[in-house]
Amino acid sequence: MNKKILALALSSAALSLALATPAFAQDVLITNATVHTAQDGRVIENGRVLIRDGRIREVGTSVSAPRGVATFDAAGRHLTPGLFGGVAPAGLVEVSAEDSTTESRLDLSGAPHQHPVMRPEFNPIRAYNPHSTPIAVNRVEGVTFGMVGASGGGSLIAGQGQLARFDGSYDPAISGSDTLFMQLGARSKNLSGESRAGQYMLLEQAFDEARADRKSLDGEVRLMTKRGRGVLAKFLQGGRVLVSVSRAADILQVIKLAKANNFKPIILGGSDAWMVADEIAAAKVPVILNPLANLPGNFDHLGARLDHAKLLQDAGVTIAFSLGDAHNSRKLRQAAGNAVANGLEWEDALAAITSTPAEIFGQGDAVGSIEKGQIADLVLWSGDPLEITSVAEALWMGGQSMPMQSRQTKLRDRYLEQDPEMPRQYIKP
Amino acid sequence: MHIQVATSATPSLRSTLGWRALSLAGAIALGLCAPSWAAEAPFPSTYQALASETTLIRGATVLTGTGERLNNADVLMSDGKIQAVGQQLQTPAGAKVIDGEGRWVTPGIIDVHSHLGVYPSPGVKAHQDGNEITGPVTANVWAEHALWPQDTGFAAALAGGITSMMILPGSANLVGGRGVTVKNVPATSYQAMKFPDAPHGLKMACGENPKRVYGEKGRFPSTRMGNVAGYRQAWIDAQEYADKIKAYEDKLAEGEDAKAPKRDLRLETLAGALNGEILVHMHCYRADEMMTILDMADEFGYQVTAFHHGVEAYKIADELAEAGTCGALWADWWGFKMEAYDGIQENIALVDRPANGCAIVHSDSAEGIQRLNQEAAKAMVRGQRAGMDIDEARAIRWITSNAAKSLGIYDQTGSLEAGKMADVVLWNQNPFSVYAQAQQVFIDGALIYDRNDPDYQPLSDFMLGQSAEENR
Repeated sequence: MNKKILALALSSAALSLALATPAFAQDVLITNATVHTAQDGRVIENGRVLIRDGRIREVGTSVSAPRGVATFDAAGRHLTPGLFGGVAPAGLVEVSAEDSTTESRLDLSGAPHQHPVMRPEFNPIRAYNPHSTPIAVNRVEGVTFGMVGASGGGSLIAGQGQLARFDGSYDPAISGSDTLFMQLGARSKNLSGESRAGQYMLLEQAFDEARADRKSLDGEVRLMTKRGRGVLAKFLQGGRVLVSVSRAADILQVIKLAKANNFKPIILGGSDAWMVADEIAAAKVPVILNPLANLPGNFDHLGARLDHAKLLQDAGVTIAFSLGDAHNSRKLRQAAGNAVANGLEWEDALAAITSTPAEIFGQGDAVGSIEKGQIADLVLWSGDPLEITSVAEALWMGGQSMPMQSRQTKLRDRYLEQDPEMPRQYIKP
Repeated sequence: MHIQVATSATPSLRSTLGWRALSLAGAIALGLCAPSWAAEAPFPSTYQALASETTLIRGATVLTGTGERLNNADVLMSDGKIQAVGQQLQTPAGAKVIDGEGRWVTPGIIDVHSHLGVYPSPGVKAHQDGNEITGPVTANVWAEHALWPQDTGFAAALAGGITSMMILPGSANLVGGRGVTVKNVPATSYQAMKFPDAPHGLKMACGENPKRVYGEKGRFPSTRMGNVAGYRQAWIDAQEYADKIKAYEDKLAEGEDAKAPKRDLRLETLAGALNGEILVHMHCYRADEMMTILDMADEFGYQVTAFHHGVEAYKIADELAEAGTCGALWADWWGFKMEAYDGIQENIALVDRPANGCAIVHSDSAEGIQRLNQEAAKAMVRGQRAGMDIDEARAIRWITSNAAKSLGIYDQTGSLEAGKMADVVLWNQNPFSVYAQAQQVFIDGALIYDRNDPDYQPLSDFMLGQSAEENR
């Protein structure tokens, strides 16, 4: 066997890490890094980050290693917070087209005696599988957390979602990040009698129902179960509601609806958001957008444009990025780079895939930036972290050095070798 | 590599497609200027290059598409052609000179797998014209007959440096129909985009899509076994048809009376693929299935020009190179269905690795086509990280010359060589960067797109008058 090629396939950084420190060391001082804190655009040249017990303890240029704590020389490379993978069903899907492996969408239309049409109590994180291969495939590219939630299509209120850390644990949700998912607009018209006015009508009916006492519901058609009413009522006390919606007129409707019903909307998609950017900024509504979306998939998206992120940022709107794909969430970094090419400031683009999404979902103190007290989820890059020719070379989650291996790197290493003596199925990297 | 090239510039006296022999006039024309099928075929190209001026790009980094990188080099275009590429070229009198310092020049980018126009934006119901899902072998349908030139995706692709593309039917069918190669110029009819003398492609599909589409209807095929039986039966029918045409032609040639066989659009296309005048582009993901298809191509004596998507192509890179079959691939798509489960980011570099390897980066996506340079960059880096020696000069071939070869247009475009069409992209920096943007795009020497000049930014009829556009 040609060991040379296999050895080449391993990144040199992973090797040096393995040699420099015991595997899975919890405590480490990273030195000589260009630290992108993702907070207020702060960059620390020749920076040091001390990790102890899974948390970031100190960040600066003159941090020293406490006794017994190993150091890791970053050799001047860029260190960022672990990246956001977007709003995507990570851990809820193995193969998208294989129903037996997908868990994010609730559709009870085929089930008997399931009259309630809205199920806010649906919480797909309970189906999360940390062994799902997209988790590691994207983690080795620096994706350490994401908004894992319900996919639309089955109901206007699709269910809930939570921020999850992709550290391989069975309990990935970051507590306090509960978010309700709604999908409105052209794609949901079949759920509202074929009019988008029907969407607001049904949602208002649901909100009334959630707030009603039991007696007043007697004789009324009910959209939800008792448990569902309870869940929705909780979100109507200032909770976060992620609304997938794109048309400018719909965005304004959602802002009005949110004010009247006491929830905090977050716009997902929002192709037309730039047209009503001032209203969105005034209402302090964040927008999670796809920086690569510039074509009208349908008439809701006529406003889609590549400089959207810059326009919203300039208008004072809080922005984060998502592509919505669990298998290729690693591509979000490329999307952020494209936002820079189209006018966004570099540090704002990095924030849009690190600290800002964490803040949007109420977890800015836990993940998303390199600040004292944060969970130590960090990525070291071969070059400019937003550049497509850069790759992740080392990764820590909760302070633990993570193996830079996935099913894909193993397939690569199996087939990289030329003319093996035995069938490749004997090569087990 | 045995890439089939059938264009006006490479005359071939190969046997004919049936319809040309159906009249005596056709038979005579064939003898005079073979292969005249493209010129004589119905729905001819009406493409006319836009007005151009003699243009010299001075002092740029030039990737020729042939594997070379020239630093501080010049590119001279006039009369729609590349006139010269090299250092310190003379400036012809009256030439427009563009300062290329710090900029990069590449051949126009070519996407071999697009559904622009047949699955256009906006993707409303009325626009779903890419799959004739009414029978598993619809070799009779042509993508161009559904091609809507007002798709907003064409202009977006142009801003990404795309100068040519093949637009294919979808993958629902075993044989989906003919694909058409177009120049990415704004137009009111597809004929005005149609790449002059480019051969048609034949879209075929392996695996999950056809068996799912028809299996779910309780029809044939519902398995991969059925898929292969379906292709083979189609080829047998096509062979019989070709034989019938040939017998008829032979009789005519000997001066005998003969009745022309009735034309069959389905078999005409398949017979054209068998004799190499239509290039076979086959959607196929799994390595084992691609090997089956290569054996089938041997059985019927045709060439598979390229496997498209080929998520597992890396597993059979040597076999593909041996067969002279290109892999038209994505940089990182995977997992959306079972046959895409084994995707790896080194796929393109591994297919490129054998001596005769032919790797192509394709999009199959209205988003991806806008940044094929970035997709190639990702694939290049993955190859480098895996120990392969791939630089920009080599990787640019994946979206220029290799793509042109698989479309049968490499004698006309796909590289910066004197005499070729001046399909050229001027980038603001190294195009293998996420921050790179096409500054100017030339097609046949004419400036078709300029990032800094709204006068050279086309807008489709569809977007005209939309308030989103007016508010820009």
